[in-house]
Amino acid sequence: MNKDQESLGDRMDRRGFLECAAWAGTGLLWTVSGGILSSRAFGQEGTGKGGARAEFTFVQISDTHFGFSKEPNKDPAATVQEAIRKVNALPSAPAFVLHTGDITHLAKPAEFDAAAQVLKGLRADVHYVPGEHDVLSDETKPYLERYGKGTKGLGWKSFDHGGIHFVGLVNVVNLRPSGLGYLGAEQLEWLKKDLEPHSDSTPVVVYTHMPLWTIHEKWGWGTDDSEQALTLLRRFGSVTVLNGHIHQIMQKVEGNITFHTARSLAFPQPKPGEASNPGPMKNVPADKLREMLGITSVGVVSNPGTLAVIDSTLA
Amino acid sequence: MTTTIRTRAMCLLLLGGLSASCRNPEWPAPDPGPANYMAGPESGTPLVAGFSNASDVQVRIEDFKFEPSRLTVSPGTKVTWVNKDGEPHSATSSEKPKRFDSGALDSDKSYSFTFAEPGSYSYFCKLHPHMTGVVEVR
Repeated sequence: MNKDQESLGDRMDRRGFLECAAWAGTGLLWTVSGGILSSRAFGQEGTGKGGARAEFTFVQISDTHFGFSKEPNKDPAATVQEAIRKVNALPSAPAFVLHTGDITHLAKPAEFDAAAQVLKGLRADVHYVPGEHDVLSDETKPYLERYGKGTKGLGWKSFDHGGIHFVGLVNVVNLRPSGLGYLGAEQLEWLKKDLEPHSDSTPVVVYTHMPLWTIHEKWGWGTDDSEQALTLLRRFGSVTVLNGHIHQIMQKVEGNITFHTARSLAFPQPKPGEASNPGPMKNVPADKLREMLGITSVGVVSNPGTLAVIDSTLA
Repeated sequence: MTTTIRTRAMCLLLLGGLSASCRNPEWPAPDPGPANYMAGPESGTPLVAGFSNASDVQVRIEDFKFEPSRLTVSPGTKVTWVNKDGEPHSATSSEKPKRFDSGALDSDKSYSFTFAEPGSYSYFCKLHPHMTGVVEVR
């Protein structure tokens, strides 16, 4: 699903647009403003001097699945490395990177090591949340040993940057039979307290692995108790929920909440209903693979609560 | 749903705790060859309602399903799950504390558990919780 950039917005200067075109290729450009998602040109960063809300960008990567070695991608380390080169070459260096989980394929120590080795090539700090693949062996222990610093409970945390409140949630542990993703009472209680001090006008970005809206129940694409989290988030003027897990881009706008899923950097998965199961799409020609993998770059423009979300593929 | 259990007519006493009533002294000694199989996908004749009184039973994991999803065995039966899918799966007991857990099973990996005690053992896949199954032991 690649669209060319739409016509120039008035906030973008010519040079910014050309830089943007150079790296985005045939990527998707979305802007969120007051809860309305629209496709238009991304406003490039200015000098960012002064003001309560400095402009910045951050990047979301997801589903790297280190250890996976089947069709259509025998070497996810290579596609991840390409993505890292792309991230490091962005005209506007991201303030940090979010990894929305499934770092590894089978949560083996060697896979975590390989992931760390490759991902340290990123020039920015990375904030992680686990995917269900990352907690496959010995529950959260191997994941938290490596990525638990600064987190609470099973690995959730929040931080602030440039006036935006970022919340990393874990919805892949203690999954129930026949269930979807699961946040749990302890995490929801933490979320309630965490959001309390923030005014409604604070833009919030939630990042987690499984989608917080039900995309396809039959394939487990949703979170059982997400409604309780969304209830806590609804009072905010701008909420963006970023997730991975489904290895394709989907989005939804619900009032002030915009949901946006990311592509994988390892392999694509079919659309709901287009296959009997959500396993990796196997019959992807090698030259098409990189069009189905990608990164998401999110920019904060000077209008409070406005985010520009750009998806770009590796090809 | 077609029963895809494959059974091997093994002669007695591989595992402890076999119930005497389940042994049939008239069964032939094990010998590779379709004639000595009670039933199987090759013959196209399924066992009665997924019941097996052999000591070894298999559950195939394929297309994000457990086949058969409902299995009835006698106490002492060893059940082996084999993952024939491209994605990893698990066979994890639904109970707390867990009665058994295969852990992550990559493609072609298998896991066995012997059900010594009668009961109803439901399980699911940790990665894809919508995949569920049950082993009835009686």
